[in-house]
Amino acid sequence: MSKNLRINSSKYIDQTHRISFIFNGKKYYGYKGDTLASALLANNIHLVGRSFKYHRPRGIMTAGSEEPNAIVQLHKNTSRTEPNVRATEVEIYEGLEASSQNCWPSVNFDIGGINNLFSPFLPAGFYYKTFMWPAGFWEKYEYFIRKSAGLGKSPTEPDPDIYEHKYIHCDVLVIGAGISGIMAAKTSAKNGLKTLLVDEKPYLGGSTIYQNSEYFKINNQTSGSWLEKEINEIKKLKNLDIKTRTSVSAYHGYNFLLARESLTDHFPIEIRKNKTRQRLLKIRAKKVITATGSIERPLIFDNNDRPGILISSAIKKFADLFGVACGEKNILFTNNDSAYETAISLIQKGINVEAIIDNRENVDSKLIYEVEKSNIKIFKGFTVVDTYGYKRINKISIMQLSKDGQKVVGSKKNLSCDCLGISGGWTPSVHLFTQSGGKLKFRDEDLVFIPNEYPSDQLSIGACNGDFFLDEILTNVPKSLQKFLNIKNTDYENIEFISSINKSKRNIWLLPSDKVFGKTKPFIDYQNDSTAKDIKLALREGFKSIEHVKRYTTTGMGTDQGKLGNMHALGIISETAGAKMGELGTTTFRPPYTPLTFGTIVGRNVGEYFDIFRKTPIHDWHIDNKAEFENVGQWKRAWYYPKDNENMHQAIQRESKAARESAGILDASTLGKIDIQGTDASEFLNRVYTNAWSKLAIGKCRYGLMLNEDGMVYDDGVTTRLNENHYIMTTTTGGAANVLGKLEDYLQTEWPELDVYLTSVTDHFATVSVCGPNSKKIVSEVIPDLNLTDENFPHMSFKDAKIGKINCRVMRISFTGEHSYEINIQANYGKSVWEKCMDAGKRFNITPYGTETMHLLRAEKGFIIVGQDTDATMTPIDLQMDWIVSKKKYDFIGKRSLYRSDTIKEDRKQLVGLLTENPNEVLEEGAQIIADINKSPIEMLGHVTSSYYSPNLNKSIALGVVRGGKNMMGQKLIIPMEKKNINVTVADPVFLDKENKRLNA
Amino acid sequence: MFIINCPFCGKRDQSEFKAGGEAHIIRPKQPTELSDDEWAEYLFMRKNIKGVQFERWNHVHGCRKWFNIVRDTSNDEIKTVYKMGEDPPKL
Repeated sequence: MSKNLRINSSKYIDQTHRISFIFNGKKYYGYKGDTLASALLANNIHLVGRSFKYHRPRGIMTAGSEEPNAIVQLHKNTSRTEPNVRATEVEIYEGLEASSQNCWPSVNFDIGGINNLFSPFLPAGFYYKTFMWPAGFWEKYEYFIRKSAGLGKSPTEPDPDIYEHKYIHCDVLVIGAGISGIMAAKTSAKNGLKTLLVDEKPYLGGSTIYQNSEYFKINNQTSGSWLEKEINEIKKLKNLDIKTRTSVSAYHGYNFLLARESLTDHFPIEIRKNKTRQRLLKIRAKKVITATGSIERPLIFDNNDRPGILISSAIKKFADLFGVACGEKNILFTNNDSAYETAISLIQKGINVEAIIDNRENVDSKLIYEVEKSNIKIFKGFTVVDTYGYKRINKISIMQLSKDGQKVVGSKKNLSCDCLGISGGWTPSVHLFTQSGGKLKFRDEDLVFIPNEYPSDQLSIGACNGDFFLDEILTNVPKSLQKFLNIKNTDYENIEFISSINKSKRNIWLLPSDKVFGKTKPFIDYQNDSTAKDIKLALREGFKSIEHVKRYTTTGMGTDQGKLGNMHALGIISETAGAKMGELGTTTFRPPYTPLTFGTIVGRNVGEYFDIFRKTPIHDWHIDNKAEFENVGQWKRAWYYPKDNENMHQAIQRESKAARESAGILDASTLGKIDIQGTDASEFLNRVYTNAWSKLAIGKCRYGLMLNEDGMVYDDGVTTRLNENHYIMTTTTGGAANVLGKLEDYLQTEWPELDVYLTSVTDHFATVSVCGPNSKKIVSEVIPDLNLTDENFPHMSFKDAKIGKINCRVMRISFTGEHSYEINIQANYGKSVWEKCMDAGKRFNITPYGTETMHLLRAEKGFIIVGQDTDATMTPIDLQMDWIVSKKKYDFIGKRSLYRSDTIKEDRKQLVGLLTENPNEVLEEGAQIIADINKSPIEMLGHVTSSYYSPNLNKSIALGVVRGGKNMMGQKLIIPMEKKNINVTVADPVFLDKENKRLNA
Repeated sequence: MFIINCPFCGKRDQSEFKAGGEAHIIRPKQPTELSDDEWAEYLFMRKNIKGVQFERWNHVHGCRKWFNIVRDTSNDEIKTVYKMGEDPPKL
């Protein structure tokens, strides 16, 4: 295992910079520039992981983001651990620690490997079929199935890294920096367009950059060295921004794209501190040029998944770019000319190529001739029928293909090898194009799906558009760019090139074997262990849609989304079902193209920024006085103020008693406030509230109930007439924004003739509410100039006043049922007014109370809370609030709905009071209400909406909605709980001071 | 994420706007004179077209103005934008 397969220096690898890393607990060395995959291969390690279902040993298959097998866990058991990372994309750094996944106890000896022996019993849909029976047993199976599912382990500690989001606007976005992308970026930037070029790899130039063969030349240089010069030129262009290690993960409508830029993933952990790890780029581009290239297809034959079997172009990349040989006895297996490019590269570097198996018969080309010159045996018209070697391939069997390619003939030959390169032609990477809504067409000549209809201003060029070969790229790309960018000419008009490849391909989706089909394992989706057999089984069982076959067999559903094998799945479905591939279509490609970390998705919105909150101008006082807070909409509201080890219940009982017996103070600044002005303001209020407003005198306040057009209660609050044409409306805390939106909607769309202007002033005022029998004394001290006599300032009225030099508005209104004042003042004076009230109230034991006490006090009075006692199915009549619905008004929002056949039903759920038989028993909010416990099934009549222990009444009180409750006064009902049934009596929802004596006191 | 050309502010990102359902449904002037069925027609019945649809949108994080757009729901292409009160364009 300790062999060194580094064959020569490559300019992409810095052999003066040795790096150590840990793989499965053992230390290895690589060089700067290596990926984890190339470093492992240089150490002659192929076995990297175990497959998902059968736990078969699997090795590195590719050299890019399409990798299905070599996925590893980084930095296990640390806060930076990351599962399912492709070894082919990880750049090594000092201290990198990686380990295999989905194996126990180790990748070399994995107990789950026993599943491979049971594989005849684990067909597609095995879990669906088996664990259905007996019914109800799923809960027992689930634990074990969940345990065996999943690949890597997710981190359990908070992510220590920093992530951020960034918006980018550009004229042209070029995705992919291969030869086509470089040509596009240069052309675009040179023509004055602000251009962004991104590529997922750390270097530019794609697969052309390491192309140094005499058979592919541009202007008399190898295509690699020609492209290198182009890259050096574009780096100087001012209009061009280049981002490497940047993977576009999603392409949405209107050319909105998301990309992940990796900034520190290739650095040692110690120097990542305080640096941004990854950036989510939100790109809005006027035009998009997709040059995402293509992925080489595997070939589908028995046991095509052993470690040591790689995609042929990956072997070439490992040799050319990383200077690593994947094996010492290499065999290539192909149906096209691409494998010969690999062979030539290997031969040039002195790496042994044992043989080439070519599906094609009587085929010839310059590349084949070159390989034949090196005395390498080429088996034309042959196929591989089986492979051997458990943890590393050591032998293959080959046989001759029949003329029609449907079966194998002649005798079997065995060839020994330690690496097999497979090449099944090329698949354009159309993922992003289809994500954007693009429609594909099927090209019958070489069996590929290529872009057809563009849904936005975009263009696909090069291999992702089906132009795989150098001659096609150099002929077609400049022309398409010229047209797409609307420019006169490109730098590539009179370019000369040599491209010596033979484009013929002998495509056989599922290669024949000498064995019975059922006895073979031709893998199509390597990561999810789906074989051709599974797909045929799904079709036999009646699945027709490819989307269904995909889900049933899990083909293409791994972290790699089946980038390698999806086309073969489609091919086999089309052959078996006798449908044309073009008509069959593809499965849907969904973002992200490669997996994204959660950190990148959330960016800076973590911790205290996860959900931003609003605080009142008095917030700091609540903090200083140890308030517990409650979230109401985006607001943080003081919930209660525990004193000396009080629990919540004790604090609320104390606060509630103090408010009724002497004085309480509440921060009501969060209530929505809408300033309403205009000559039609009164008429407007008439239309939006259920009650009448025209006769409200200046300086008076009125409670209003707002409905939706369907007649259901939407919001409530007190509105004050400040002047002839000037009102201030208050709304519920949570409803403020929506109420404003709704009112604007009616004003702008239904009643544009009304002269009314709405302004939200919620944040402009702080509201301090002082209540209780001593509230008058306290307020008179804070605002000595204000005449607080009942004659001058009765309940439901308003006065302009001054505290010092500062104007304020004082309303005598009450949500607690106590004598009460609300002081509204410019927000920045809120805290000082609050403190003045606290000082003035000291001798009255003024007690700050929070939302919970407020809720208790209003429940004693039977005041509703919209959203707690109502749920968008309650009309004012259901709430027993008929008094607030004007009979005289011709129309208001929701009026017509109040006498629809459904809303006039007698047995609707109606709001009632509930008293428990045992006055100390407090009901649970949300508990069901029934009448007859013996009825089967038990009939649910309603539920408890509010429930408290009232310290002022010394008993438990509750509000609830009960079907037909209005006519059940005094009737006994039952609240069935887990351990007992609680008896209750239906009561008036107003429990305290029905005559409003306290309000007017 | 489409871009909407607000008739008052110009081109802005979709995230600044809020959709407000089907356009050109006029609130009856005399609701009390409608039968239950007629009222229900206004209240509940909405088209849900795959294709070209007339919609109301509100520039809620901008000028707060309501306006109409004509959008193809199958590909989000916005054909045109026009102010409240203006006649729907002939397509």
